[in-house]
Amino acid sequence: MSKTDLVLIGFFIFVLAVFLGLELITKVPSLLHTPLMSGTNFIHGIVVIGAITIAATAHDTLADVIAVAAVFLGTLNVVGGWVVTDRMLGMFKGSARQPGRPAAAQPAAASTAAAPSTEGKG
Amino acid sequence: MLIAVSLPPDWVTLGYLAAIVLFIRGIKMLTSPKTAHNGNRLAGVGMLIAIGITLGDFHNGWLYIIPAVVVGGLVGAVASRRVAMTAMPQMVALFNGMGAGAAALIALGDFHGITGAHQSLDTIDSVTILLSCLIGGISFSGSMIAFAKLQEWMRGTPITWPLQHEINGLLLGALVGVGIAITVSGGGAVLMIAFVIGALALGIMAVLPVGGADMPVIISLLNSFTGTAAAVTGFVIANDALVVAGALVGASGSILTVLMSRAMNRSLSNVLFGAFGKTQEAGPAAAGVAPGKTVRPTSAEDLAVLLAYAQQVIFVPGYGLAVARAQHEVKALADQLKARGVRVLYAIHPVAGRMPGHMNVLLAEADVPYDELEEMDQINPEFPRTDVAVVIGANDVVNPAALNDPSSPIYGMPILRADQAKTVVVLKRSMRPGFAGIENELFYHDNTLMLFGDARDSVTKLVAEVKQQAA
Repeated sequence: MSKTDLVLIGFFIFVLAVFLGLELITKVPSLLHTPLMSGTNFIHGIVVIGAITIAATAHDTLADVIAVAAVFLGTLNVVGGWVVTDRMLGMFKGSARQPGRPAAAQPAAASTAAAPSTEGKG
Repeated sequence: MLIAVSLPPDWVTLGYLAAIVLFIRGIKMLTSPKTAHNGNRLAGVGMLIAIGITLGDFHNGWLYIIPAVVVGGLVGAVASRRVAMTAMPQMVALFNGMGAGAAALIALGDFHGITGAHQSLDTIDSVTILLSCLIGGISFSGSMIAFAKLQEWMRGTPITWPLQHEINGLLLGALVGVGIAITVSGGGAVLMIAFVIGALALGIMAVLPVGGADMPVIISLLNSFTGTAAAVTGFVIANDALVVAGALVGASGSILTVLMSRAMNRSLSNVLFGAFGKTQEAGPAAAGVAPGKTVRPTSAEDLAVLLAYAQQVIFVPGYGLAVARAQHEVKALADQLKARGVRVLYAIHPVAGRMPGHMNVLLAEADVPYDELEEMDQINPEFPRTDVAVVIGANDVVNPAALNDPSSPIYGMPILRADQAKTVVVLKRSMRPGFAGIENELFYHDNTLMLFGDARDSVTKLVAEVKQQAA
């Protein structure tokens, strides 16, 4: 396969993935907009595998520096993005799973709670 | 595409496919409240698989890679664990910027690898590398500005200058010119450095004019940008896992961005270019009490009586609640009132706070039951039969100007009708306008009382005072 073939196949996959991405999140309760943003923020941390790839093939010092910086930033994105999302979603579950606090009334979340969201002016 | 003319081993490709499937499933599950938490965990498993496989495939670089992964992981984990829930928006911006920076660095690394080996870039190389640097660079510097604004390292109001759209247009044109020069000449380190600097500058200049209140929309947009940068980076190094995951985020992020700006009743271009909150000149004085108007300050003692003998009280939380971290105190006050037989509800405006769901997260942290949180359309009919509406650190979302002042920048935005309650109490630090910088006539209404001070202190006092009221 030539390089052009590879790029074309990649482009083919890219376009399909774009359509999949558009379809995936058409129906989201506004309550989940922020966690969804944060969750997808975590997923683009996948760039870290690209960073690992160039780190492994670096041939001189400058390339090493660039690659190590990229791996560092990518890992930050992955770990930080995941933990932030996990914490946000943990909040939505209410008190039941938070030890050390009095368990307050904790009605089934979803139905009554599809509250709000979107952003900000406070 | 230095390294990629050879395809990865089969087990790597299949492992990436598994990771992608988990990502897709994870995103889907993130769209429903019941499955969202597990969706994030599932995506996390996908990420572990992808990273593990890549490390296995490229074990010759471990000497540098492993320390970078360990340090990056530790910093990311500690930073994201320690940060307060109120600071979540800027953390998302920060981590988004990190990913964007990584994408741009990967492209630069590939550029350096090719030109350092005294080869020239072919068209595919240069176009993908330049796009990755452009989108990644804009998203990186733009995210840093968004972070600085939300963290209040710089002022949150729009920063504008003359001819800014023209200057940005010229800069983009210059970047295209430099990009063409790089593509034609097949390299050029100086040109490349100029290109990266230009992309970073464009990101800064695009986000500076955006007001702090619009920042979540911008973060969502930049999140989408970083996804796209990751996808383009996938072309740079011929990695289909990057292409697919990046495209998913780029596409879903753009939908989310549109949903958010729609909830603010504004178009995306208005958010980007409108310099929202800058239009104060037309309105009354920007700070302090507007001339010719008076406000009615109240005290915690008086307000406690009002609350204790009310039938129905609605709390209207806003960003000020988050800043003051008063959610636990508000819950305590609500419990006091409920013990006295007062019906207590919370009115949640779709754009209260600085992120979608911001108020829900905060109140959930304080164990406020979900069924007391009411959306705007459900709660608005309740205000006319409400004795006291307590506005805590909210401003624009209760500003009647949105309904009756066509010259107001927020005209047309749906608001919570707190002004219809028998008495409105506004807990506020001072008479400064809200984050969007817009004067609020509600403060001057006859049925409005102002309780000045830190929201947390004020509510703490209220709890004590209500306790003293004989049942």
